[in-house]
Amino acid sequence: MYIGSSFQQQLNFLPLKPTDIRDPEYFHKVVDCQYACPAHTPVPEYIRLIAAGKYTEAYLINWESNVFPGVLGRTCDRPCEPACRRGRVEEEPVAICRLKRVAADFKDDISHILPKGPFPPNGKKIALIGGGPASLTVARDLAPLGYEIHLYDDQPAGGGMMRSQIPAFRLPEEVLNEEVNYILDMGIHTQFTTYVSSMKEILDKKYDAVFVGTGAPKGNDLDKLPGRWDDPDKIHLGIQWLASVAFEHTDKIGKKVIVLGGGNTAMDCCRTARRLGGEDVKVVVRSPFNEMKASPWEIEDAQMEDIPILNNHNPKAFVTTGGKLQGMLFEKVEAVYDASGKRKLIPTGEEVFIAADEVLVAIGQGNAFPWIERDLGLEFNQWELPRLDAKTLQSTRPDVFFGGDAALGPKNVITAVAQGHQAAISIDLFCRGADVHDRPPPMTNLAQQKMGLHEWIYDSAVVPDLRYKVPHADKKLTLQDRKKEVELGFDLEKAYREAERCLNCDVQTVFSEPKCIECDACVDICPTSCISFVTNGEEEDLRTRLVAPANQLDQDLYVSSPLPTKRVMVKDENVCLHCGLCAERCPTAAWDMQKYLYNTAKAAPLWKQEEVV
Amino acid sequence: MTYLRPTFRHPELPKNILGYTRKDYEGAISTLCAGCGHDSISGAIVQACWEMSIEPHKVAKLSGIGCSSKTPTYFLSNAHGFNTVHGRMPSVATGANMANRSLTYLGVSGDGDSASIGMGQFVHAIRRNLNVVYILMNNGCYGLTKGQDSATADVGSKSKSGSENKFATIDLASLAIELGATFVARSFSGDKNQLVPLVKAALAHGGFAFLDVVSPCVTFNNNFGSTKSYSYVREHNHAASNIDFVPPAETISVDYPENTARELELHGGNKIVLHKLPTEWDPLDRISALNRLHQARRTGEIVTGLLFIEPESQDLHATLDTVQEPLNQLGEKDLCPGSKKLEGINASYR
Ligand SMILES: Cc1cc2nc3c(=O)[nH]c(=O)nc-3n(C[C@H](O)[C@H](O)[C@H](O)COP(=O)(O)OP(=O)(O)OC[C@H]3O[C@@H](n4cnc5c(N)ncnc54)[C@H](O)[C@@H]3O)c2cc1C
Ligand SMILES: Cc1ncc(C[n+]2csc(CCOP(=O)(O)OP(=O)(O)O)c2C)c(N)n1
Ligand code: SF4
Ligand code: SF4
Ligand code: SF4
Ligand SMILES: [Mg+2]
Repeated sequence: MYIGSSFQQQLNFLPLKPTDIRDPEYFHKVVDCQYACPAHTPVPEYIRLIAAGKYTEAYLINWESNVFPGVLGRTCDRPCEPACRRGRVEEEPVAICRLKRVAADFKDDISHILPKGPFPPNGKKIALIGGGPASLTVARDLAPLGYEIHLYDDQPAGGGMMRSQIPAFRLPEEVLNEEVNYILDMGIHTQFTTYVSSMKEILDKKYDAVFVGTGAPKGNDLDKLPGRWDDPDKIHLGIQWLASVAFEHTDKIGKKVIVLGGGNTAMDCCRTARRLGGEDVKVVVRSPFNEMKASPWEIEDAQMEDIPILNNHNPKAFVTTGGKLQGMLFEKVEAVYDASGKRKLIPTGEEVFIAADEVLVAIGQGNAFPWIERDLGLEFNQWELPRLDAKTLQSTRPDVFFGGDAALGPKNVITAVAQGHQAAISIDLFCRGADVHDRPPPMTNLAQQKMGLHEWIYDSAVVPDLRYKVPHADKKLTLQDRKKEVELGFDLEKAYREAERCLNCDVQTVFSEPKCIECDACVDICPTSCISFVTNGEEEDLRTRLVAPANQLDQDLYVSSPLPTKRVMVKDENVCLHCGLCAERCPTAAWDMQKYLYNTAKAAPLWKQEEVV
Repeated sequence: MTYLRPTFRHPELPKNILGYTRKDYEGAISTLCAGCGHDSISGAIVQACWEMSIEPHKVAKLSGIGCSSKTPTYFLSNAHGFNTVHGRMPSVATGANMANRSLTYLGVSGDGDSASIGMGQFVHAIRRNLNVVYILMNNGCYGLTKGQDSATADVGSKSKSGSENKFATIDLASLAIELGATFVARSFSGDKNQLVPLVKAALAHGGFAFLDVVSPCVTFNNNFGSTKSYSYVREHNHAASNIDFVPPAETISVDYPENTARELELHGGNKIVLHKLPTEWDPLDRISALNRLHQARRTGEIVTGLLFIEPESQDLHATLDTVQEPLNQLGEKDLCPGSKKLEGINASYR
């Protein structure tokens, strides 16, 4: 069927309003990785610094934003990578996370650059309960402002689950110690191996504010499954077992091990078991393989260590004879999906016995606050989670704030950090008697990049390279030593090449209507057909009338005000390569490439970005 | 620094019947000035050839000398190309076309290339109704040699240096109609909605198809006072009859209001639909089209659209009754039919 092109032009209804590029969130959203990062780390900025060999500067940008670059460059859940634009124009996103590690691995000594105490005291005292990434972030953000900070944790050292759960073969202790100590060295008063058993006692100490960052320490169990308590010494809760390995209370395991669960904890359990003497280690999971919660790369690493994953197996019983664990009985299930896509696991009736000397139960974790009395004005909801304002992280008791896994349930380190930053802002506002809802705006800046006719300050060329793989240490060595790090990290040559894959999504295409003569040069040159000049219309209709269809609905359209021909410029931000060709081909510089810096507010800005770069 | 175009393309670029995307019709990255109208015309050619599912290797691009004549490098990399000497594109096109009629011929020229040094060539190609698309990228100046007035510059039009053109202008579209061209259109590089269907119709036309495309030279002739600048052309453009091109496989789905549209059959089952029909002239009537152009010259309008068409015409091959096969495919037997045949031919002259 053919519809006259000029007829299509007449289908305009409610036109889209011109895009307000002064809204700090508009260009922020174009930087897909940064937008997806809970802490909004300025990713392309640090990747460019890595390409330029400025590892210290790249590290500092990260440190300011995510506090644990060395830790996160190895262990982050990396929500930025599925969001990365590169993944929409070729097969794989930029290895953002592993580039962060490059900055940490190759930086110079930075101790003299970091904020150093003693800071002039402001007379206020803050208690932090729990010493994980959330509390440590609050500490780092508030200490430079002169707060006296008391940190309580039941473990012998700081870091929370980064220390007790994330195995050393993924995160070497030295890396963790270094970054935890950067904070503790700011003059934090630590009380380790101190379990806080009463919130009331803490409140009685008259702190100006209390932050709860106690994580989600309760591992789910299968306590009602037959046989669970027949040989309890051979059945462990995954997170307790990992902690006891980390603190060297456990150093071996039986030859045959079953790990129950399909999340990242299960992956860490099975890989740790392989290093402690487990020869026949199996992961057994209820769900189908492709619905496992674990990150694909963690599953891949487990499989590389000869750990089979049996899916669609529902545990029925622990099998023991004479009080000694023999293995487990499973029933196979089949995943069936209803019309709405909801899954049901239907038993097939087939039973399977799997022999095991020990079983690790890694089927999820949750929050528990047995130590918080319920008569302190702190309300809890039906899931026994504290009632919080999700933005300010303030509880129903104005002087008590939450963050990290303790706040909204178990997530990951980067979320804990992001919430730590927000909580620190709230605590500072609260202690100064200001409104905690009055959030400080992000720091933003647009900087021109033009140097010459075809020259930009940033490296605008788009390389076609596919993602580089991080090399691994020899399996023969890593399986023998649980502390031997598996990933070796990029060397500088690979780091440079991987960094060059970044599309510089923060270098924005800024359009200036008065200069445009509608010559179409940008439309013709744009490799990815982002730019169209069309009559305005409703968004839904407009998206179908562009040079290429704009089907990625979460990606904005950049719409100009009307031009002399009454048409508007519409740019689909979706697959813009930020190559600058539109600006190079524009005869009047109506297009310009400008670097957008967006930095979320912190309680204490540690330094101005310009001072680092 | 980017003199290279990234290799990535939009992941959802549509494919034509041949399974090709627009990328398969692109050429090298342009070295013309940023904003040159010629680049937009290249873009329109890419779009038209892709939409028509023309196989790029079955196209021959020919040009003369000038910025305009450089453009064949910037589209259809997989086509055949011949960059001739100044003004000689029509004769090389004639030779090529005579030797191999199975290709689609696309000639590109400039106003200097055609209206001055190549004028003699231009008029004879028209006279012969050579089956080519002849695209004139008309900027009213010699862009490549730094912007001297060309023969298509309007009287009184100011160049960038401030001097006014004192000589009468040559309107190649009027001339082409006058000389018997069978397809004559005018368009503007800044109006792809009009230009792309015109290029498609020209490609489908079975004879000489002349497209005079006003194409501003941003560097030397886009100043105030020039009649070939983007803003002047936009202000004075009088776009007549919009045209839709309909390939044989597709049907016309739009009901045009009565008396406002006209459907014309072209070569090979292609159709064009003229809608919003011009009221001032009839594009099927040579004299009325010429009258309209004369009148427009007096009022300073730039009339764009399909100006004149004679859908059924006899091209040069038909006139000369040439063989169907390309000459390079003729075997020795065809070329040297033997002494018996020669005797017969000789006898026919006695
Ligand atoms: C096996 C495993 C692997 C993981 N791997 C990753 C990974 O690779 N990447 C990632 O981003 N995230 C990972 N996570 C999640 C991540 O560790 C947590 O989301 C993160 O540490 C939460 O930080 P937090 O500051 O909220 O609390 P936590 O890190 O849990 O720290 C809380 C601290 O408070 C202490 N505490 C609790 N109650 C009390 C009390 N009453 N008194 C005193 N101290 C107390 C705890 O002992 C602990 O030290 C993993 C989690 C597990 C279980
Ligand atoms: C035989 C010959 N004479 C003169 C020239 C110099 N010359 C090169 S391009 C050109 C004019 C080109 O004008 P036009 O065809 O309008 O092309 P434009 O650059 O404007 O697109 C001239 C005179 C030449 N190359 N060869
Ligand atoms: S290409 Fe670079 S800037 Fe763009 S989303 Fe990916 S990492 Fe971020
Ligand atoms: S920078 Fe300009 S030319 Fe390059 S992809 Fe983006 S819109 Fe297209
Ligand atoms: S000189 Fe004029 S015609 Fe030549 S490329 Fe530049 S703008 Fe185009
Ligand atoms: Mg010219």
